[in-house]
Amino acid sequence: MIQKYWYGQGGISGSLRSTLRNRGREDTLKLLRIMLFFGMLSWTAGEAMAVEVRAAVFRIDYPSLAPISRYDLVPEDIGFAGALLAQEDNMTTGAFLGHTYTLETIAVPPQDADDAFDALLAGGQSLIIVMANQDDLLRLADRAGDGVLVLNATAHDTALRNDACRANMVHIAPSRAMLTDAVAQFAMWKKWPEWFLVHGSNPADQLLAESYRTSARKFGAKIVEERAFEDTGGSRRTDTGHVLVQKQIPVFTQDAKRHDVVIAADESDVFAPYLPFHLWTPRPTMGSAGLRPVTFHAAHEAWGATQFQRRFEALTGRYMRQEDYQVWLALRVIGEAVTRTSGNDTGALRTYILSDDFELAAFKGVAVTFRSWNGQMRQPILLYDGRITVSVSPQDGYLHQRSPLDSLGLDEPESACDAFD
Amino acid sequence: MHRLILTTALVGALATPAVANKVYVSNEKGNSVTVIDSETWEVMTEFDAGNRPRGITISPDGKLLYVAASDDDQVKVFDAETYEELYALPSGPDPELFVLHPSGNPLYIANEDDNLVTVTDTESHRVLAEIPVGVEPEGMGISPDAKWVVNTSETTNMAHFISTGDYKIKHNVLVDQRPRYAQFTDDGSLLFVTSEIGGTVSVMDIAADGTPTMRSKIGFELPGVLPEWLQPVGLKVTKDDKYAFVALGPANRVAVIDVERLEVVKYIIVGQRVWQMAFTPDQKYLITTNGNSNDVTIIDVADQEAIKSVQVGQQPWGVVVAPD
Repeated sequence: MIQKYWYGQGGISGSLRSTLRNRGREDTLKLLRIMLFFGMLSWTAGEAMAVEVRAAVFRIDYPSLAPISRYDLVPEDIGFAGALLAQEDNMTTGAFLGHTYTLETIAVPPQDADDAFDALLAGGQSLIIVMANQDDLLRLADRAGDGVLVLNATAHDTALRNDACRANMVHIAPSRAMLTDAVAQFAMWKKWPEWFLVHGSNPADQLLAESYRTSARKFGAKIVEERAFEDTGGSRRTDTGHVLVQKQIPVFTQDAKRHDVVIAADESDVFAPYLPFHLWTPRPTMGSAGLRPVTFHAAHEAWGATQFQRRFEALTGRYMRQEDYQVWLALRVIGEAVTRTSGNDTGALRTYILSDDFELAAFKGVAVTFRSWNGQMRQPILLYDGRITVSVSPQDGYLHQRSPLDSLGLDEPESACDAFD
Repeated sequence: MHRLILTTALVGALATPAVANKVYVSNEKGNSVTVIDSETWEVMTEFDAGNRPRGITISPDGKLLYVAASDDDQVKVFDAETYEELYALPSGPDPELFVLHPSGNPLYIANEDDNLVTVTDTESHRVLAEIPVGVEPEGMGISPDAKWVVNTSETTNMAHFISTGDYKIKHNVLVDQRPRYAQFTDDGSLLFVTSEIGGTVSVMDIAADGTPTMRSKIGFELPGVLPEWLQPVGLKVTKDDKYAFVALGPANRVAVIDVERLEVVKYIIVGQRVWQMAFTPDQKYLITTNGNSNDVTIIDVADQEAIKSVQVGQQPWGVVVAPD
């Protein structure tokens, strides 16, 4: 069944079709749930108060080149598929409490973003999950103003959790600092302190490289050699691409100082997947290829995740991606806050989410919570080799007075964010 | 070993004749059930039990062993003596935990993937009811008078009180994150619900008509153990309702709660990732499944001490002991 899953754009997979065939049964279930919901109201009218919650997922679709690997083709419903599952989860829970949820999903090209976002605001949406880059995110959050809570689902920029933070924005996506700290801790646990850093030439690659330099300083690793891989454009996938790669990468990595591990900083997806097996000196690769820091992946099974993956696959007909997980998590944060506060006031939900009382199970072994100083979600980072969870950071022994999770990313004294004071 | 022989001898001399009971342990990764003799604590045998066996229970007469073969989407029924697979019961997809009516019929099953509790007649093998519950149902407890089945849903974070009379949910109680297990005291006056990620045990008073009222939440604290690792899962209460034993997962400890004071009085070190537990019928021993060290720990209930560990199959999950 798994082999039939659909990765690319357009078309419907066999599994999705069978999911559609099963709709009859699911409709019955839904009906049962609705009946249950009304039944509930009759016997616990005293405690259950009808609460209606509206939320939106707002996605900007940027023009992009094809990924190096076909496995990384972006499905059309990226993020939205996670939203669909979260909506079902929230509705099921809400049925027992008299809470109902409505979800709106919008995908727009960058040039239409402001108008579409304004229309959302004019429609009264005040809980908005945004999938956009840093500049767009900041502009939209500022347009939204007070009274709206923006949940950043995908932007990793550490600046958003630092001097560019906004009081009306919380971050479900981990910062680059959290991701690079997760890699650094594992490298140190392995006693691989000498790093050969290879970074791309685009701005996002530079930011990622800088984050690895900071993580190296933080955890006592040493970058013994650094090289930039220029993005010269052109076709990435050709019929015999590997022939050239097999000749170029060894030469590119030749004569580096003695190192334990190669750290790849390639957010642009230009070269990192070519590094493992083509290095001049045989060493493990981590970062943008080899062992990668991720929030989630479709093979993750620990901590009850199997049942979560199966529910997602049955609903959407494909494997879960990080973006789906992060959007699911964002909507579950809202759902959990509504469940515990029995209300839908955006300000009250924000206060609860940022409080010590908030916690949410997220299939990663410990509860996820929020940093009150910059609105960043604390969460473990999975280290993934493309097939399995190899390890999970924070690593054993990285202690912190508040939570080991605060050993990843900007801790309170390091964050210049003052919007949450 | 010396001490164990001594204990056994004492039991033989002072109490009713010691009866060996079979202990059945489901091995989630090993796809098997390990059988242990409760007198010698030796492994008697290990037999195939389907794909990903988790929940395990036994009929009141000790003849039928029920195993939730999660990846086979069925409950397999074995002859408890010959270990022969007799038949499978329809369970709904991905059965994980279940609880048997004290009479031996029906079986109440949690279906994690479908947000359902399935009620299956163990004689006619028919599904009697499907009850929609919260997201990811897992824990299943039954009240001593068998009027209530309590299901916990791990993502919805509720205990659902299902009437066994009409299979309708009558009460829903919110608890902390990821509730895994529900257990009544023997007199039915209290219900314990463990929350794995919340790190707490919720204690509810149960009125005569079954209405629950949250009384308190018990937390755990242990020097040298990260609070995040104190994850309560399985819970068992002694017949005299004096002590509750709580398996604390990756903390590798079983906590002992004084039921009257609702306070933790002791932590017992056991194997790694301890999840489910079962008493021997005389309640002298408690057996814990330790998923990451592939063994079970035998706890002396009166002394509140671990006395032995027994190697079983891969990733032990559930355990049940044959009745006398």
